[in-house]
Amino acid sequence: MLKDEDRIFKNLYSDTGADIDSSIKNGDWQDVKGIFSKGREWIIEEVKSSELRGRGGAGFPTGLKWSFAPKEVGSRPHYLIINADESEPGTCKDRDILRFEPQKLIEGCFYASYAVNANKCYIYIRGEYVNEGKVLQKAINEAYNKKLIGKNASDTGWDLDIYIHYGAGAYICGEETALLESLEGNKGLPRLKPPFPALVGLYGCPTIVNNVETIAVIPTILRKGAKWFSSIGKPKNTGTKIFCISGNVNNPCNVEEEMGIPLKDLIEKHAGGVVGGWENLKAVIPGGSSMPLLPKKICETITMDFDSLIENKSGLGTAGIVVINKDQDIIKCMARIARFYKHESCGQCTPCREGSGWMWRMLERMAKGEASKDEVDMLLDVTKQIEGHTICAFGEGSAWPVQGLLRHFKKEIEKRNNFSPVVDTNKNIPYLVDQHLLEKDNA
Amino acid sequence: MSLKKISKNQPKDFKFSKVNLELVNKIIQNYPKGKEKSAVMPLLYLVQKQHENWIPLEAMKYVGKLLSIPYMKVYEVATFYSMYNLSPVGKYHIQVCTTTPCMIRGAYDLVDVCKKKINENQNHLSKNNICSWTEVECLGACVNSPMMQINEDYYEDLNAKDVEKIIDKIMNNETPVPGSYKGRTNSEPINNRKTLIDNKNA
Repeated sequence: MLKDEDRIFKNLYSDTGADIDSSIKNGDWQDVKGIFSKGREWIIEEVKSSELRGRGGAGFPTGLKWSFAPKEVGSRPHYLIINADESEPGTCKDRDILRFEPQKLIEGCFYASYAVNANKCYIYIRGEYVNEGKVLQKAINEAYNKKLIGKNASDTGWDLDIYIHYGAGAYICGEETALLESLEGNKGLPRLKPPFPALVGLYGCPTIVNNVETIAVIPTILRKGAKWFSSIGKPKNTGTKIFCISGNVNNPCNVEEEMGIPLKDLIEKHAGGVVGGWENLKAVIPGGSSMPLLPKKICETITMDFDSLIENKSGLGTAGIVVINKDQDIIKCMARIARFYKHESCGQCTPCREGSGWMWRMLERMAKGEASKDEVDMLLDVTKQIEGHTICAFGEGSAWPVQGLLRHFKKEIEKRNNFSPVVDTNKNIPYLVDQHLLEKDNA
Repeated sequence: MSLKKISKNQPKDFKFSKVNLELVNKIIQNYPKGKEKSAVMPLLYLVQKQHENWIPLEAMKYVGKLLSIPYMKVYEVATFYSMYNLSPVGKYHIQVCTTTPCMIRGAYDLVDVCKKKINENQNHLSKNNICSWTEVECLGACVNSPMMQINEDYYEDLNAKDVEKIIDKIMNNETPVPGSYKGRTNSEPINNRKTLIDNKNA
């Protein structure tokens, strides 16, 4: 277990208060000038050598992303955007950072904006987090009053303005280019890449988009050093991470732990175990609903980091762990996730718009045992036709969970849906269209 | 994409109040010059707040004029995002999260209570026109599931009995106490906390 002194989010459980004085007492905003004076290159190098990978889902190295921003500001200003549009089912880590550790985020914005040469920073919060947004706005005002941000921020000569922009309930706006569209006042439709936002982003200007947790850990990394951060966890999967453990566990919770902690430890130690005991475990979604689920057998030994989850054909994603026990119908659970994707598809690319609804309808029928046996393979085919054929990663996100279900629980689906598609008896299922041939009047 | 129903009963006119007009000027200043269009989302929220939780068509035209953008652009945004209500939802707008993490902890029990107490159908007003309920996708409080949102506040760690009490209060035009109904103020494991103990005792 991670030692308490190595935890970055000391106020994760709101013990000491989120106001600026308590935050400074806990170590935020210390030695800002000292770190700032080491220069832009040093900050980027330090983040690079800490091997911090983005916490928003894709796991892209943060230092590398920052280095894509143009070195000099040309005719167009640079922007820093914080992605707080946390909507992935199973994930609620950013919410706790926004309401309990806002100063860490704001301080992170300061260093990040300097590193990427941006004087303006927008924080895009999902619309439902009204109260969290109010806490953050209060924290921003406090930081302005203490002259930590604003003109000549923290007496370093650097100017930084931070604004909050609320989303309005669209999951797709968590995709960085859709977020930019939304911020520009349009529908949240993802853009084709390239050009990447680092060169052509918000209002056509160079823009760096980072997740809340990524930015909130930056100040601690710079203060304690990249070596400290990379000594925690595993090589290439370094540092600490907030895990959200929800679903059929006795004590659902958020907890900060080191990367590479065994999944079983997280569930048994922190979340109080699976409801009905470990033997009652059916499957675990390890990284938010987009990541394929893992059956109990893999859960016994798997460690929670980017690379070992990829080896097991899943992913760390946002580290939102959803535990599903044997009291639940696994097909129904995945059908509900498919409905989520059907609801949230932006409708721009046909494979995703049509495919997500198709997968949902098939899975709903499979849960009831009303699908024919060749539809199981058809479902896999549909997922393959969505994956890789869309502008953004939403296509993969909607197809992977279904593929995961088929990979590990295909037998269960087949057992429930085993009738032949050729209709030889009247089954009274309205969507089997050739049923009418069986009725004598129509023959 | 979610289904959006535009109300048949539209008011003839809409204008921001004086206080809100001042806010509008403040909001527009958050965005660079010439990019006032970015303010369309915050402005629609403002409309919704002023106009009993929903946005009439007249208000969209009004916002378009304020920001010098075509009415259709505002309409596009208002219909794309699920949080903009285009027909009346009542003084209390209840949103029950039923995505998988909430579902497996009993979110549909909450839905049943809403059906019984408010209206058999979602997006329909209760008999006394004070509230309506709707099923929504993940609200981002999975650790505190099952949960629902009433207007701006989150109600967490619920069960059917809690929801019955909450709705009874709403029917009496009282605002129920938001937050966790198991006494949490955060996302810690109840009775099983193993980290940051020093802070807890401090």
